[in-house]
Amino acid sequence: MELNFTLNGKPVTAQIAPDTLLIDLVRSLGCTSVKRGCDTANCGLCTLFLDDKPVLSCSLLAARVEGRTVTTLEGLQEEAAEFVGFIADQGADQCGFCNPGFVMNTIALLRENPDPTDDEIRAFLAGNLCRCSGYEGQLRGIRAFLDSRKK
Amino acid sequence: MPSHHNKGEPLLMMTIQKYIRPASLEEAYTLNQVRANRLVGGMVWMKMSNRAVNTAIDLSGLGLDAIEENDREFRIGAMVTLRQLEQHPGFNAYTRGAAAASVQDIVGVQFRNLATVGGSIFSRFGFSDLLTFFLSLDCRVELYKAGTISLEEFAKAQPDRDILVRLVVKKVPGRFSYSAMRIARTDFPVLTCAVSRVGDEYRAVIGARPGRAMVVRDEEGLLAGGITPESAAAFGKYAARVVPAGSNSRGSAAYRTRLVSTLTRRGLEQLGRMK
Ligand SMILES: Cc1cc2nc3c(=O)[nH]c(=O)nc-3n(C[C@H](O)[C@H](O)[C@H](O)COP(=O)(O)OP(=O)(O)OC[C@H]3O[C@@H](n4cnc5c(N)ncnc54)[C@H](O)[C@@H]3O)c2cc1C
Ligand code: FES
Ligand code: FES
Repeated sequence: MELNFTLNGKPVTAQIAPDTLLIDLVRSLGCTSVKRGCDTANCGLCTLFLDDKPVLSCSLLAARVEGRTVTTLEGLQEEAAEFVGFIADQGADQCGFCNPGFVMNTIALLRENPDPTDDEIRAFLAGNLCRCSGYEGQLRGIRAFLDSRKK
Repeated sequence: MPSHHNKGEPLLMMTIQKYIRPASLEEAYTLNQVRANRLVGGMVWMKMSNRAVNTAIDLSGLGLDAIEENDREFRIGAMVTLRQLEQHPGFNAYTRGAAAASVQDIVGVQFRNLATVGGSIFSRFGFSDLLTFFLSLDCRVELYKAGTISLEEFAKAQPDRDILVRLVVKKVPGRFSYSAMRIARTDFPVLTCAVSRVGDEYRAVIGARPGRAMVVRDEEGLLAGGITPESAAAFGKYAARVVPAGSNSRGSAAYRTRLVSTLTRRGLEQLGRMK
């Protein structure tokens, strides 16, 4: 079937199967920042924005995004650049596989709540798993970014 | 090595032959009478199943994705997401934040932006935070064919081929609290507990027993004189006596029974402190 939607600001027409998942479609269209880290809708690595809301693309039928707007990290480089350096400075990334999903959800958090407390950060990012770190580096990185904005 | 491991290929175990987004409930209902067809809510649960689906019936084109509020009730469409429940100001004002408390530890924000109220309540999972919470309210279920029935009655029935259209929550003056015990945040709950006073009636709703959530009422009048430290403890012990608990990988029956007593007592104490 034919699908029309907007991907990172550009209109896209794609041929899909009824059971194509959005994650596989956007990856086939070059958005390889979107990763699959589990089979159970638990890890958050596949996070992208559907009409500006963060969702799990591993659990979404591609057919459902007809006429809608999808944004991946590839389309948010500027917004991400503001704070990824702060996370890297903390040495938070080990293998880095979880990073794109983590960055996407952090962008969603900061758009909704520009000045979150540590507990609000933990609550919002609870659905982003990292198998290498203990999350403390990521939290310190976001905190350092927020503090730098207040100066 | 897991048998479904394949190099970067989609891991969808469920297959779908055809995708339809009906424009009317009648069309959706007719399609759903065919056994090999399947309604799609948030699809988060369903995608883990190993099922060959003929037609996926997407309910997202029916305008069921809103929470409507008037002076008497909230009308919560089947396609409302858990995140919408969490963030709705009116519904959280009425439920004293219990709505948000009941969903906030379910996986993550991205998950809650997909998973729906309809898929959750229709499935009647034993572990369900949502079923536990809604049973503590004056809540009815609107089904397309069977009409409107109380959630308590619906919760006891087995899933059939009807469509859950919406939940209707009456604004009966009340107090509500919600808590659950989890081994770790985002995991399935070990026990869920919603405590409420709806009008003049006290309820403790216990789920993840691990069986389906059930309502405990004050049959012995333990709370007839109001909530005191003693009456709250007595009702907690009473709930622990009447709620059947079982064991599974998340906890033993004995542990759950202790949790029933403690969480019920704390929930009542919370109600007692509300203005
Ligand atoms: C990894 C994981 C962890 C979870 N943890 C928790 C937890 O801790 N607490 C908790 O309460 N829940 C938990 N859940 C359940 C979750 O909150 C949802 O209840 C579940 O995903 C079903 O909602 P859905 O919208 O995804 O439904 P779907 O997967 O779309 O549908 C589920 C079933 O309901 C049917 N259905 C869908 N909508 C309707 C309708 N309107 N009328 C009739 N039938 C319908 C479908 O045909 C299907 O059979 C978890 C789920 C997953 C996958
Ligand atoms: S791939 Fe793990 S949540 Fe989507
Ligand atoms: S750095 Fe390896 S999973 Fe997070």
